[in-house]
Amino acid sequence: MEKILLLDIPDLHQIDVYMQNGGYDAAKKAYQKTPDEVIDEVKRSGLRGRGGAAFPTGLKWSFMPKSADKPKYLCVNGDESEPGSFKDRQIFEYNPHALIEGVLIACYAIQAKSAYIYIRGEYHNWIQMLQKALDDAYEKGFVGEKMSEAVGGNFTCNIYIHKGAGAYVCGEESSLMNSIEGKRGYPRVKPPFPAQFGLWGCPTTINNVETIANVPAIINKGWEWFSKIGEPKHPGTLLYGISGHVNKPGVYEAPSGTLLTDLIYNFAGGVTGNKKIKCVIPGGSSMPPLRGEQIEGIKMDAESLRVAGSAIGTGGVIVMDEDTNLVAVLERIARFYHHESCGQCTPCREGTGWMLKTLRRIAKGEGTTSDIDMLTEVAGNIEGNTICALGDAAAWPVKFMLQRFRDEFEKAVKPSVTMQVNNKVHSMRETLIPLAEITK
Amino acid sequence: MEFKFSEENLIKAEASIKKYPSSKAAVMELLYIAQEQNGFITNEVMRETASMLNLDTVEVLSVVTFYTMYHTKPVGKHHVQVCTNVSCMLRGGYEILDCVVEKLGIRKNEVTPDQRFSIEEVECMGSCGTAPMISVNYDYYENLTKEKVTEILDSLE
Ligand SMILES: Cc1cc2nc3c(=O)[nH]c(=O)nc-3n(C[C@H](O)[C@H](O)[C@H](O)COP(=O)(O)O)c2cc1C
Ligand code: SF4
Ligand code: FES
Repeated sequence: MEKILLLDIPDLHQIDVYMQNGGYDAAKKAYQKTPDEVIDEVKRSGLRGRGGAAFPTGLKWSFMPKSADKPKYLCVNGDESEPGSFKDRQIFEYNPHALIEGVLIACYAIQAKSAYIYIRGEYHNWIQMLQKALDDAYEKGFVGEKMSEAVGGNFTCNIYIHKGAGAYVCGEESSLMNSIEGKRGYPRVKPPFPAQFGLWGCPTTINNVETIANVPAIINKGWEWFSKIGEPKHPGTLLYGISGHVNKPGVYEAPSGTLLTDLIYNFAGGVTGNKKIKCVIPGGSSMPPLRGEQIEGIKMDAESLRVAGSAIGTGGVIVMDEDTNLVAVLERIARFYHHESCGQCTPCREGTGWMLKTLRRIAKGEGTTSDIDMLTEVAGNIEGNTICALGDAAAWPVKFMLQRFRDEFEKAVKPSVTMQVNNKVHSMRETLIPLAEITK
Repeated sequence: MEFKFSEENLIKAEASIKKYPSSKAAVMELLYIAQEQNGFITNEVMRETASMLNLDTVEVLSVVTFYTMYHTKPVGKHHVQVCTNVSCMLRGGYEILDCVVEKLGIRKNEVTPDQRFSIEEVECMGSCGTAPMISVNYDYYENLTKEKVTEILDSLE
């Protein structure tokens, strides 16, 4: 089966081995074309972003203004903090030069002279691996001021690594730019969009690590080749990360559109203890969870998952067996989003707090049926009402978990009756009395 | 307690400032360098960092408090971070946390009296496929069991 990123070549992380396998030829090939030709090649390949939203990469690049009155920047997103996602780390470790070469080609295409690769601080050891690869590439003249000598032409480009310091929200592109600028990682209000007003107010493109690492192969082998791998509407291979209750968790590279059941039962060796599956989150913790009975026939690509009522996200598949306590899982997820909310928008800041408090109550066995409805309502109030998509990311798991697993939650709560209190002053107030207490 | 960057760290700091068109952007890296030298971030560290970058101390403070990896209180020589997020939780992350707590005899966010260990419960570390996991300072220990984690803690000086 065709692989692009996690190839079975020993020591590919070393620059000599990478070069023996055609490394840095794609960059040279790209510099022979015009920047627009490179963008066109990527557009036709059908490459879509691997950072969560599956946005067409070539199209994103084409948003960059052509004028050269301001510097332009590329930011590569290696924040990888979405629970259930652990794929970009494999690229830093096993194929860092594909990333570096991809950065060079992307920078050439959008005519950026500087690129910042943003990597979460916890990945300190992987930052060092990438830095070593980067130093080697500088040494050979593939990056930096010596480029024109080493590869000809007059395009030069510098690549820097920026180390994050523990904040999930910094994976959001505008927060990431603020973080690079040395500020708190608050997401920015959009518009203006990064292609107009990005890093230091200059035109900027932000792409995920895996997205960029795919670019050299596209230039080397051509858009047609790439567009034929996997699902036509979301072509290429994906780095699927499978975790939770499976026998062989890990990252597997396979064509887009691979069956979810294939990933779980073949690649990941099936469910631990041969149990049944209760729930699968297909794309990282923010994506809508699916019921175990629902996963048969579902393909892993942006379009198929959308139709199935979820989303591809980062391709991080979390598998939960029949004995999983979903109330505890959702409480943990809610705690994460509450902790990571930057607090700028009221619906997200307050809503994530409310959801956590309510789920804690339910988890302790003190919840009532009306708590379930209240949760749905709070989630609905966050969705679409915030500056950045972390709000939606917090709301979705709650909304869809309750919708698809209402039975689980109803089992965990006490039934309650709602009574209007007919008191002039507090006529709007509702008192919730657990049924158990009335019948006591 | 006064804080000055060491000779060697000053060179690192200068190199870091050069990476960016605006020196302010180097604040995160300088804070890391200072934290490594000083163990944790004090007011003096923030003042010194601010003066090197021509910033207000308040600006530095706002960065320090936003990110979880800057410590404003001392941590142990071995800062043990236990992930309990979903993928780890499903594979026993909380049992690992309990085990670490019991073994070290301190609670979360505490430091042992001999300053050798501290414990922090953390969010997903990007190791979900090798869960459960802990990270000691920057080193990941993955695919853990209670036995393994006990062994690891025993092996740390
Ligand atoms: C809260 C939040 C966290 C995100 N975290 C990441 C991340 O860690 N890595 C990433 O590539 N994209 C992340 N994204 C998506 C980015 O904002 C952006 O869409 C992506 O980096 C674009 O790259 P792509 O077009 O190559 O997918 C996150 C978005 C949000 C709202
Ligand atoms: S949605 Fe949440 S994380 Fe995003 S800007 Fe608003 S408060 Fe911050
Ligand atoms: S959930 Fe623990 S490393 Fe991802």
